Amino acid sequence: MTLLRPLLVLLTVLALWQLGVWLSGVPHFLLPSPARVGGVLLDRWPELLANAWVTGVEIVLGLLLGTLLGCLSALSLALLPPLRRWLLPLLVVSQAIPVFALAPLLVLWFGYGLGPKIAMATLIIYFPVTAAFYDGLRRTETGWLDLAQTMGGSRLSVLLRVRLPAALPALTSGLRVAAATAPIGAVVGEWVGAGAGLGRMMLDANGRMQTDVMFAALFVLALLALTLYALVDRGCRAAVPWAQERN
Amino acid sequence: MYDSPYPAAGGSAPPVAVEAARLVYDGLPLFDGLQLELPPGEITALLGPSGVGKSSLLRLLAGLEAAAEGRVHDGAGGPLTGRVAYMAQQDLLLPWLDLVGNVVLGDRLRGRRPDRPRAEALLAEVGLGDRLRDRPAALSGGMRQRVALARTLFENRPVVLMDEPFGALDAITRHELQALAAEKLAGRTVLLVTHDPLEALRLAQSVLVMAGRPAQVEPPIRPAGPVPRDPGDPLVLQGQAELLVRLGRARSAA
Repeated sequence: MTLLRPLLVLLTVLALWQLGVWLSGVPHFLLPSPARVGGVLLDRWPELLANAWVTGVEIVLGLLLGTLLGCLSALSLALLPPLRRWLLPLLVVSQAIPVFALAPLLVLWFGYGLGPKIAMATLIIYFPVTAAFYDGLRRTETGWLDLAQTMGGSRLSVLLRVRLPAALPALTSGLRVAAATAPIGAVVGEWVGAGAGLGRMMLDANGRMQTDVMFAALFVLALLALTLYALVDRGCRAAVPWAQERN
Repeated sequence: MYDSPYPAAGGSAPPVAVEAARLVYDGLPLFDGLQLELPPGEITALLGPSGVGKSSLLRLLAGLEAAAEGRVHDGAGGPLTGRVAYMAQQDLLLPWLDLVGNVVLGDRLRGRRPDRPRAEALLAEVGLGDRLRDRPAALSGGMRQRVALARTLFENRPVVLMDEPFGALDAITRHELQALAAEKLAGRTVLLVTHDPLEALRLAQSVLVMAGRPAQVEPPIRPAGPVPRDPGDPLVLQGQAELLVRLGRARSAA
């Protein structure tokens, strides 16, 4: 049932879409019918797959790098409270600048390869990961901290043995947001300048009025993002099995 | 394999004294100039109406109440740092560790190699020898508090501070755990904060009542007989009735 319901919704939407295109006679370069998009998917799947691979690598590397940086930032913020006054404003500012505005600069610096896309994805997920994890680190159950204090734990050992594991459920919610937004960073990076990738393919198709190819690329991108999200969600559940028990 | 998980702390358990304890909460002194003395190697129960400052006083002894002032020492002027184990009403078990992991937490925090055999022996003594690898979520409330007791004993400190440790348990479980705790904690200097007069009379060599605002600790009552006492003992029941009257007075005075 859990899989059947979204599938049913999807089929209904597709049917309505197909019907709308037939009845209204919209030209296919404005709105291609689902059947046409399906045709593109079948005809050009090797090209779509190759581009999906490039975009996927960008997203995954961005996710890893952004998560690593985010976790390190959150941990140093938690360990050195004075650092907060310096780093927190910087964090907020970094989030206030739209990634779109930075994209041309990043391309200028890192070129047309993987670099700027990974940087973009990293930038976009760095903040949610840092914010969620840091928040979790600050909200340790006070009873646990009291207990750890009477046991004679040092700041570092309490951080590593109590506060960090206690913050993992919070980190996983940050990671879920990150997994959902990382594709944005990669695709924006490709729009500004790239040799390959689903974003690049969409841009090319757009230039040639091949709207059906755009839709096909978009479909593959959505599939990629959903798969990634499901994997991260699964991984988080497996790594932090106690997170669900505590609500 | 192992002689005794807790070498007799009796000889080494110090008295505990607090002088000139003061805690101002919201502009009102909860207690001010308060004195307290715990006899060495005995269980002392501290009763009093809710909100009188029992827990705050215990936290002051544990070095956890940053807002409170007062001189806490071992009777000879030495600090209690490193000689106190703490047990709260919540079991405070870490959900990501199994029972052994929870019991050896102190060793891990102090950067020492965890003494797992001793933890396993202590868990067996509190009746959980067959659940060593379980996570706390798999246990009942009473079992979890048994683990907390094992963790407290693992610390092997001469002074044990307990803040309503059985308060959240049902009557039967509480009764069992009280007897177990009294047996295992014998010989240590224990402060037991509780709201249950019967618990105080069952377990404690001396019973204190904290009352008033700012609160003072009244002179100790020392019920006769060894602990744990039988809750059916007429003396215990009579003491309970008297304590209830005193607590009622204390509350209306507050």
